[in-house]
Amino acid sequence: MTEEQEKQSPTVDYLQLTKDGLWYNNPGLVQLLGLCPLLAVTNNVVNGIGLGIATLVTLVISNASISFSRNWVRKEIRIPFYVLVIASNVTVIDLLMNAWLAQLHLVLGIFIPLIVTNCAIIGRAEAYASRNDMLPAIVDGIMMGIGFMLVLVALSAIREIIGSGTLFINAEVMFGEAAKNLTVTVFDDYKGFLLAILPPGAFLGMGFLIAFKNIVDKQLAKRKKNSLSAIPVIVK
Amino acid sequence: MEFKTDNSPFTGSTSNIGSVMRQVLYALIPGVLVMFYFYGWGVLINIVLAIIIAVSFEVLSLWLRKRPIKPFLADYSAIVTACLFALSIPPLAPWWILMVGLFFAIVIAKHLYGGLGYNPFNPAMVGFAVLIVSFPLEMTQWIRPEFSNGLMPSLTDSLRIVFNGFESLYSLNQWDAVTMATPLDDMKTELKSGHYFSEVIRTNGYGFVSGKAWELVSLAYLGGGLWLLYKGIINWRIPVSLLLTLAIVAIIVGWLEPDTKQSSLFHLFSGATMLGAFFIATDPVSASTTPRGQLFYGASIGFFIYVIRTWGNYPDAVAFSVLIMNMSVPMIDYFTQPRVFGAKSGGK
Repeated sequence: MTEEQEKQSPTVDYLQLTKDGLWYNNPGLVQLLGLCPLLAVTNNVVNGIGLGIATLVTLVISNASISFSRNWVRKEIRIPFYVLVIASNVTVIDLLMNAWLAQLHLVLGIFIPLIVTNCAIIGRAEAYASRNDMLPAIVDGIMMGIGFMLVLVALSAIREIIGSGTLFINAEVMFGEAAKNLTVTVFDDYKGFLLAILPPGAFLGMGFLIAFKNIVDKQLAKRKKNSLSAIPVIVK
Repeated sequence: MEFKTDNSPFTGSTSNIGSVMRQVLYALIPGVLVMFYFYGWGVLINIVLAIIIAVSFEVLSLWLRKRPIKPFLADYSAIVTACLFALSIPPLAPWWILMVGLFFAIVIAKHLYGGLGYNPFNPAMVGFAVLIVSFPLEMTQWIRPEFSNGLMPSLTDSLRIVFNGFESLYSLNQWDAVTMATPLDDMKTELKSGHYFSEVIRTNGYGFVSGKAWELVSLAYLGGGLWLLYKGIINWRIPVSLLLTLAIVAIIVGWLEPDTKQSSLFHLFSGATMLGAFFIATDPVSASTTPRGQLFYGASIGFFIYVIRTWGNYPDAVAFSVLIMNMSVPMIDYFTQPRVFGAKSGGK
């Protein structure tokens, strides 16, 4: 990274940032980063949302602080610095969750501290936050975090519906006692399909999600091509 | 882009995938007949239903993959998968068990990996493993293999059990009387609770070696397998090394801890050992292809069958052992490449 590049601050395309985070450069489906927690905790939707929010908050705070301090950190030591920043954020979130969402914290267990090693976060710190202003870095963090959370929620919804035939089971551990009625039983008298809850279900579900995204992308590209190829005909 | 490379010898041969698969089906016939004798209509219903479902999934996947349907159906591979799968699940299993298992076997284990010839795992065993992990209850309810006690359901009753569930005909207690644990499962529980092998084997229902029905079913599979060997459809290396290893490991452990473990004859003639050794482990796509590799592959499957049966949680182990070794096949093949003719040993 040279001095010139750093000083250049082109107008930031927030729409593009949003699109990238949610779809075109989605951390879960395209960058395939942070797969370990993604695959491990997504056996029900509440776990997915819980870990998604924790990751989102970590991502936003770490992006903000790294972007804020980017001019004072020598680039030789930037990786340890990122790890330190992210680790302290995660520790704070871990302690907060332990205090306020003890039940959920118990369920998610080791995967909250492990957010430190989530490559999606350090990846955004290195690839985006360290070379952009604070506001775009925060927006990038929010969008990437939401993109990651959407994948978590989608995968965990698929696994929960197929695996146990319900949605939002254990909602009370996250949203309090009032949310106990939130649990939806999708199929009555469903015996459950254990494989979907076990790790193979996560890998298969993830594979199908990525395949689905690729199909949608292909269709989009085709439509774009069709509309482009229509132009010369009009010119003639 | 496709480079067609034929192997020597370049003489014409009439055998193709279809004829090989047909021979495998013929070789299964004695086993199917013996199983039909002991387990009744459930066996045939399983097979017919499995073939219908498997072929439908095959057509669906081929259509989705935009492949020609007729030539791929004519290779009979879906039907062989369906038969092996149907023979390994309990007779009178509910119809959705077959649907789920064959979906995983045909669509996921076979076509998602690129179709016949590209599947790293044995499709039938993937389907079986998915089911035994997900639905242990339905997958361990084998009916009592006694034809004479009047409990054997008739054809119409069997169809009702398969499609409406056993609840439509029996109460839970009655169903418990119709079904039983397989000898393999029962023996494991008995040994775990401290009984001696020689004691348990003499109790009613164990027959000569490994349970009245199972020893004959295994013998029938052994006969079919020998016929396949005679016909040159399969190679002797995998079944022989598999069975020998299983027997030797059982003898060694039996010598170390006398009478507390199943004998090697019991291992050889119970569960899916024979079916696995001759029909499943020898699957030409997912098995090792080099001569030394095949010996190692078969021996490892035999070893894992013993280990998982003895110290694992599931009653039988053929499916898991075959899948584990399927995973290792690329590495086995890499390290056991035969010496190229004319090259010195050591690859120099």
